[in-house]
Amino acid sequence: MTRFIVLRLAQMAAVLAVMSLVIYALIGLMAGDPIDVMIASNPHLTAADAARLKALYGLDRPLLERYLAWAQAALHGDFGYSRLYMKPAFEVMAPRLANTAILMGASFVLALGMALPLGIAASRKPGSAFDGCVNLLAFAFISVPSFWLALMLILVFAVSLGLLPAGGIATVGDGGVLDRLQHLVLPVATLTLASMGGHLRYVRAAMIETLGQDYIRTARAKGAGELRVLLGHALRNALIPVITVAALSFGSLFSGALVTETMFAYPGMGKLIYDAVLGNDYNLALAGLLLATAMTLVANLGADIAYAAVDPRIGQR
Amino acid sequence: MSAELVLARTAPWRRKRLLLPALVLAVLALAVVLGPALIGPAGALVDLRHRLALPSLAHPLGTDALGRDLLLRLLLGGRVSLLVGIVAALAAAGLGTAIGLVSGYRGGRVDALLMRLTDGVIALPLLPLLVVLAALDPAKLGLGFLARSEDASLYRIVVLVALVGWTTVARLVRGATLSLKAQEFVRAAVAMGARPLRIMVVHILPNLASPIIVATTLSVGEIILLESVLSFLGLGVAPPLASWGNMLTGAQETIALAPQLALYPGLLILFTVVACNFLGDGLQQALDPRARRE
Repeated sequence: MTRFIVLRLAQMAAVLAVMSLVIYALIGLMAGDPIDVMIASNPHLTAADAARLKALYGLDRPLLERYLAWAQAALHGDFGYSRLYMKPAFEVMAPRLANTAILMGASFVLALGMALPLGIAASRKPGSAFDGCVNLLAFAFISVPSFWLALMLILVFAVSLGLLPAGGIATVGDGGVLDRLQHLVLPVATLTLASMGGHLRYVRAAMIETLGQDYIRTARAKGAGELRVLLGHALRNALIPVITVAALSFGSLFSGALVTETMFAYPGMGKLIYDAVLGNDYNLALAGLLLATAMTLVANLGADIAYAAVDPRIGQR
Repeated sequence: MSAELVLARTAPWRRKRLLLPALVLAVLALAVVLGPALIGPAGALVDLRHRLALPSLAHPLGTDALGRDLLLRLLLGGRVSLLVGIVAALAAAGLGTAIGLVSGYRGGRVDALLMRLTDGVIALPLLPLLVVLAALDPAKLGLGFLARSEDASLYRIVVLVALVGWTTVARLVRGATLSLKAQEFVRAAVAMGARPLRIMVVHILPNLASPIIVATTLSVGEIILLESVLSFLGLGVAPPLASWGNMLTGAQETIALAPQLALYPGLLILFTVVACNFLGDGLQQALDPRARRE
């Protein structure tokens, strides 16, 4: 097991290094460069000044050389200065990361927490009316555009009923826990519903598959109670594909968080990356994307470990 | 495989599951193709004196924030959304088929590498990466001539979405190729000295029709969703060209005054994507006997 984890960690570091080069190159292909931005904000800069600045910042050197210099600094924890926020990029990201973790964590737990019982209940009688309803619900949640879902929730709960705030993270002058929670309800609801459909389909399909196995019939024949058959025998095996898919969905959950955060003006990593790219904040966009990628890789590693824990055959190989 | 054959092989109650979504999509397609001509082009003009008007005889669904006829905008937007969805899904299917074929047929290291790439594309946070890709400067890519075209945003969105939408097709095609590779007719072709490219294209590809059709149908829905969110974020189809996604861009500001502007485009996206998903799911069950057990 230790060997397995060490091997996967080394693999992860390699993938992250490759992705950092790809992202670095992509950011370099965005319109303009930091010197253009300086020129735009200071019309007195001459062409000679611009050339001198480019040499000063090393922008005249080849891509690989610039990347290596950046990577060396990044490995020492220096991700450069954010142009939009006038602070080191890392300092800007830290509080945002916590906000996103709250949003994504709550949504992930709620989505799985609702998908598991619903999917298990539906799998008991495939083709029944209840199963049909669950299936329809799953299809609807898979097919709904998450930003539109957010708009509709804002329309109903913020505009029409006036029950909940339409955006932000806290009311100015009120930072209480209740206020923070109220601001979380709609974003978390959006992300939960948008990510629940996929989980629901997988839980249902995996449970139907396992409930048809011989060992389930054996368990029933030996007189195991229905709950024990469902949870002890079927769910444990059905969980293997479900865990894999749930962890692999981290990337799409992050994509969903970007949309949700933008819709609700929620200061998280997704909105940060979006704002940084649109605002030509190259350092911040680069650091944010890399952090998002690293988080995804860690989630996938977590999936592999969980997988090995649920299915003892994996770790031994 | 022809449509009649699919229907003939399908149990009656399953036929309804195929026909209903197909009918919904056909009606939508017909409406967006013929509708705008029936309404006439006058409603497409900006008319600031009649902004956010309520439904009337002249404007059956009212007008948008610039006084344009909402029904006409919805139909024109549907044209773009459906067209982008279908073209990008076909492009993605082509890319996915090529990757899946090579991966499944070659096996070994090529397969391992391509499947790692596929897993990577599935697992990565795609939207943030797409945001960056959409912000790339065409001039720096040597495509400056395309950027000057009026439809530049259409080309961009098709390329972007195809770049990330190929994974479903690739996996299904790879799986089917693996099982086809072991069959006698393929081994006979190898024994007769056919080159790998010929075997892949002439012997294997024609047998992949049903998984490709299923995966493409399923990915049309996914791709329409992706187009809508990118256009909504201002990175996809660019105004004044309408798409269901970009019609929602300004809707958040006017949601208290004119909730219908936020309602209709989203409902149309929802119906279209649900129909595509049901159609794909139904086709899968009709074409793949193994999936029928469920």
